[in-house]
Amino acid sequence: MSLDLPLIWAGIIAVAVLLYVVLDGFDLGVGILFPFAPDPRARDAMVQSVAPVWDGNETWLVLGGGGLFAAFPRAYAVILPALYLPIMAMLLALVLRGVAFEFRARGRARGKAFWTAAFAGGSLCAALSQGLVLGGFIQGLTLTDGAFAGGPFDWLTPYSVMVAVGLVAGYALLGAGWLIWRTEGELHDLARRWAGTAAGAVAMLLAGVSVATLFLHPQVAARWGFDGHGFVGANLARLAPIPLLGAAGLATIGLGLARRSHVAPFAGGLIVFLSGYLGLAVGFFPYIAPYAMTFREAANPDNALALMLVGVAVLLPVILGYTVFVYWLFRGKVTGDAGYH
Amino acid sequence: MDVYALLLSRLQFAFTIAFHIIFPSFTIGLASYLAVLEGLWLASRNPVFKTLYLFWLKIFAISFGMGVVTGVVMSYELGNNWSVFSATASPVIGPLLAFEVLTAFFLEASFLGIMLFGWRKVGPGLHFTATLLVAIGTLISAFWIISANSWMQVPAGFARTAGGGLIATDWWAVIVSPSFPTRLAHMTLAAYLTTALVVGAASAWRLLKEPDDDASTTALRMAVGMLAIVAPLQLIAGDVSGKEVRRMQPAKLAAVEAFWETRTAQPFHILAWPDMAAETNRWELSIPGLGSWITAGDARAEVTGLKAFAAKDRPPVAIVFYAFRLMVGMGVAMIGLGAWGAWLSLREGVERSRPFLRAMVAMGPTGFVAVIAGWIVAEVGRQPYVIYGVLRTADAVSPVGAGQVSASLIGFLIVYAVIFSVGALYILRLIGEGPVEGAEAPPPPLPRAPGSALAAAQQDPGGAP
Repeated sequence: MSLDLPLIWAGIIAVAVLLYVVLDGFDLGVGILFPFAPDPRARDAMVQSVAPVWDGNETWLVLGGGGLFAAFPRAYAVILPALYLPIMAMLLALVLRGVAFEFRARGRARGKAFWTAAFAGGSLCAALSQGLVLGGFIQGLTLTDGAFAGGPFDWLTPYSVMVAVGLVAGYALLGAGWLIWRTEGELHDLARRWAGTAAGAVAMLLAGVSVATLFLHPQVAARWGFDGHGFVGANLARLAPIPLLGAAGLATIGLGLARRSHVAPFAGGLIVFLSGYLGLAVGFFPYIAPYAMTFREAANPDNALALMLVGVAVLLPVILGYTVFVYWLFRGKVTGDAGYH
Repeated sequence: MDVYALLLSRLQFAFTIAFHIIFPSFTIGLASYLAVLEGLWLASRNPVFKTLYLFWLKIFAISFGMGVVTGVVMSYELGNNWSVFSATASPVIGPLLAFEVLTAFFLEASFLGIMLFGWRKVGPGLHFTATLLVAIGTLISAFWIISANSWMQVPAGFARTAGGGLIATDWWAVIVSPSFPTRLAHMTLAAYLTTALVVGAASAWRLLKEPDDDASTTALRMAVGMLAIVAPLQLIAGDVSGKEVRRMQPAKLAAVEAFWETRTAQPFHILAWPDMAAETNRWELSIPGLGSWITAGDARAEVTGLKAFAAKDRPPVAIVFYAFRLMVGMGVAMIGLGAWGAWLSLREGVERSRPFLRAMVAMGPTGFVAVIAGWIVAEVGRQPYVIYGVLRTADAVSPVGAGQVSASLIGFLIVYAVIFSVGALYILRLIGEGPVEGAEAPPPPLPRAPGSALAAAQQDPGGAP
């Protein structure tokens, strides 16, 4: 029996990207919410809630990029040039907000103010750039002979802007959910308001993006039942659990906020992201550079994929184990804001 | 092909990777030093070690953060600017970089959280384990990145496919390619040297102002001991590496020494003005026969010159020639400083000699200079190839326009200038304040960011439950 290595690796990369989106999503979201914090103590508590884990969260981005390089180099070699500018903007934004964790604590008055702004602005720009990358990716890349052959601004369309705004709202939702879970007092109450607003925005933008995505490419429309001749109800019915999952996530958030649950809003946010992620993925599968190169065409030879699979099989459980351990260690409400009320 | 895009992509990669290497070359050594300090503190309960640990942990947190964020850039820049290289090299070295992420990055990132913020949460044993794992993670990371780079220098264990691509045929030969063991030793020693010089300089600076500072005295002695042992070892590693380059990358060796003719008894050029168009040195200051002796171990040995290679296969000579001399000059100065320090240690003690303390301060940044110069020798010396003998740099570039690359290059220049100046300022400010005894006092009621390493560092790891 031989394993379908490209398919397994497509799954591994997909999981790494999803983990990145939800994990760094909530700490980017905390940065996006930074300008709305009432005072420096609230900001300190917000940073404190993510400081021990953000670096590990961002490592999933390196696994996503590094994994794409290592497993699907031909896709890596077209996706990154095609989305050059938003990816570079994302990297620069991540640099600024990443160093801000330490620099904020070191700065005196002006320095601290600057790095507070850099943390907020960097988080927002990183999220917007990631949204533009995502939107530009899903609307499709122009390839000739396996190389990128489009223009430098192909990614900039009303669709990609809508995805970017949606992703910012989504990250803010995750960030607010995280803060509801991990803080107490006034900040906790504020985070509930933020979560409510963000959830409303996410619901609208998710619906808008979902509809707009149907018009991107005939394959996507056909997957969801609109095959150009008419409506195929069976196709939509097969995929119906995905939007239903999103609705369930939004309901979890709404109920959680109404019943003052500490965990449900964050959990609901995760469910909404899972739904959105699956919803987009079923549209462009099996393309890894939509709608021009499939994951099989992009994959490395089996000997490389097999070697790495051995590594993943051994190391990924270990990584997940100590990641969970670190989260468990830093569980509970952030304590440094005891004097904050 | 867009020649401006190629040039700008090369500039951008050189700038971002030279900037990045500053931080790993410091934090690899510093992580090990922190592990030693925490181990000594736990074993001896001598508060000096704890004071030093808490002090250098703050500097580690800043440096490591800067290393992380500039490293994330590298993992995407390969595809952004060097897509043909990525698609070509990935079947062979892709797994090496994937293993770096899996074995090192997650380990470092996760346990860094415990190292910085775990004081009140974990016991001393687990905290020490976290420090150790971070230190090991930095070394594993060096292992894989040097492995991938060494394969690009001296490729082995691969074959060409019918379609013109590459495929690995022997993973062991890929991972442990011919130049890898020596280069790994050379880089690891360089990292330890860089750290010893910074720790030594910071401690010497402190002792010039506060001659009785116990913690700084201890740190200075440790740094001088490290320097005295590692600097001569580095000379040996560098010599072995140079002799390997002669066998494995003869064009690079010829550029390093500005040899144009293939001849026996090559002279050693102390200074030269290499002229690539005229295929000669316009002038040179040389010692007869020494060039062959240094590069081949025998003053009469025949050593290949640049003219043995077609003009299009030669690396730029002057950059490589002078970067090498800068690196070696720094290395010789480090050996001298280490020997001076060792001699002083046997007499009145290093901390009592003000001339030595001033020299130590002055030598503080030389590790970084030598590391960057050394990487210039390695990378520019490999030109015009990105994978030596396999893929030319000019053929490896992405199909992106010069406008895009200019935009990102300007962005990197601005952002990196800001974070470098601010990071350096904050580190120098910490060094200026010096290791403060009694840093184990309980934290004041939330004066500043409670999540910061500063706040964490005010906790007492030894007394944690």
